[in-house]
Amino acid sequence: MTPAADRAAARMSDSPTAVEPLLHVEGISKHFGGLRALDDIRFSIRAGEIFGLIGPNGAGKTTLFNVMTSLYTPDAGQVLLHGRRLSGVKPYQAVKLGLARTFQNIRLFANMTALENVLVGRHVRTHAGLLGAVLRGRVTREEEADAGRRARELLDYVGIGAHAHRLARHLAYGDQRRLEIARALATDPLILALDEPAAGMNPSETAALMTLLNRIRADGITLLLIEHDMRLVMGLCDRIAVLDYGKKIAEGAPRTVQNDPRVIEAYLGSEPV
Amino acid sequence: MNRFRPAWQKIKMDRRAVLLAGFLIVMALAVLPFVTGGLLGRSWVRILDFALLYIMLALGLNIVVGYAGLLDLGYIAFYAVGAYLYALLASPQFGVHWPVWAVIPLGAVLAAGFGVLLGTPTLKLRGDYLAIVTLGFGEIIRIFLNNLNTPVNITNGPQGISLIDPIAVAGFSLGESHTLLGLTFPATYGYYYLFLALTAAIIFVSIRLQDSRIGRAWVAIREDEVAAAAMGINTRNIKLLAFAMGASFGGISGGLFAGFQGFVSPESFTLFESIIVLCMVVLGGMGNIAGVILGALLLTIFPEALRYLGELQQMLFGRVWVDPNNLRMLVFGIALVVIMIFRPAGLLPSVRRKREFSADPDVLGHEQESLYDTRR
Repeated sequence: MTPAADRAAARMSDSPTAVEPLLHVEGISKHFGGLRALDDIRFSIRAGEIFGLIGPNGAGKTTLFNVMTSLYTPDAGQVLLHGRRLSGVKPYQAVKLGLARTFQNIRLFANMTALENVLVGRHVRTHAGLLGAVLRGRVTREEEADAGRRARELLDYVGIGAHAHRLARHLAYGDQRRLEIARALATDPLILALDEPAAGMNPSETAALMTLLNRIRADGITLLLIEHDMRLVMGLCDRIAVLDYGKKIAEGAPRTVQNDPRVIEAYLGSEPV
Repeated sequence: MNRFRPAWQKIKMDRRAVLLAGFLIVMALAVLPFVTGGLLGRSWVRILDFALLYIMLALGLNIVVGYAGLLDLGYIAFYAVGAYLYALLASPQFGVHWPVWAVIPLGAVLAAGFGVLLGTPTLKLRGDYLAIVTLGFGEIIRIFLNNLNTPVNITNGPQGISLIDPIAVAGFSLGESHTLLGLTFPATYGYYYLFLALTAAIIFVSIRLQDSRIGRAWVAIREDEVAAAAMGINTRNIKLLAFAMGASFGGISGGLFAGFQGFVSPESFTLFESIIVLCMVVLGGMGNIAGVILGALLLTIFPEALRYLGELQQMLFGRVWVDPNNLRMLVFGIALVVIMIFRPAGLLPSVRRKREFSADPDVLGHEQESLYDTRR
């Protein structure tokens, strides 16, 4: 198990609500002017599963994702992580509560090294302030050494340990995706939300990504996946919710969802060609 | 590569070399005023004192601009705050004469407060927009100082405040010469050692901050503020911390300036001064402490050295063709342009900036547009 998973597991078992589903989406609605982007969306994500969120372009996936990761405030409803409200808090507070994310368009700290990127991910779980930084006492030194160790472990874990000292922007595309995941894992998340992690990847990179995501799940971290790549979603997810025009039209195991007539209609249109 | 090996291990590795180098540097800096004073005259020791003040200023601005990437064109306002606080609390203006150990820290704190005051309304701004607001802030402070002589006379307006108490350390007033162990220390020499000690302290703080949790958070915000927030960084507080920290260095430097000069007036805190300090940071190498120090030294000493252009003309042509005062700024301006063309990342760029300006394929560059703010 990764140290991140260790801590996530430790925090889970400390809590009396450990048997509850990890994340609740309760009646989320969001408008942009007259556009109803999300309409009363409800579902739950269980601890330890890989949950997929799919839908045609413009279905509201990214809007929902941004609500869940606290970038947007919903007009109605709430998102609860482990019984605590995520919706309406600041993005940095959501990270503290245990939700980490990656971006559809990779947003690394381009001119920092891979290792520094992951160290920034440790920010939320470390404490050294101004005084600590200047005096660099024993506590700060140990914290820094520990953060450095963890960051290296995570780089090895996602398979880019050899590139620790290269600038993020000089990494290959697939490695940048991996670095984003390592950086997110450094925040010790309960749930890791990935926004189209396979976008722009070739089939072999996608296959390697699937292996990595399975491994992260096996290490005890719940995953939320927004994805276009059907093969990835069907092969990886335990359960899927399908959005269309801001509404949830189906939810369940990949096979059930795949054969749902409403899902087929949403993706292919109702008229036979 | 062992950049992330903790610093104390590096020092252990080649401790003797470091100790020797440190000893030589300290000795060189200790005798510098005597050498300079002997070879070039006392006025050059005074220039050294000013160079040290500017190093402190530039290192403060470096935190805001170099680390956190927040373009500040009104930085000199914090220098003004520190200087006027000292002038008001240690001069006949109000008849109070506080000791320096109380006024300088108070100046740092007050300047930090003003830093937060500037930072708060500008949290959502970046790049050009931030530059314009900070420029306005700098001018507002100067205009306030210029006009706070009515209805109640606080700052004495454009006349400024004079007869400011010289800085006294442990009973020794630095305003007069002292003789110690047979050596005569004129006033400028005493100030040199005091400024040197404080500059060293500020360099130390800068170095410690650079390679810390806070320092990384600053750079992360500079690189991508949205991603930084998504990684759990409280961007508001960390940005305000950068403003406050940078401002406090300016406040310290300002207080020392007031005590050293004995006179302050709003004229010392114009936009031109802000730009010169920014030039020091950019020209030396944004984000790199050694580069910023070099930039500050160069931009203080070079214009002074150019005063000799008159003598040079006299020597070469037998008469002075162009007024050295005009020629000086021309040469200075050309030098700045040339440096920025040939070394766009600065004279001593930080490792990061050097790479940024290198011609390597930029995989991320085109994907770095932010969601809701303007970046450069």
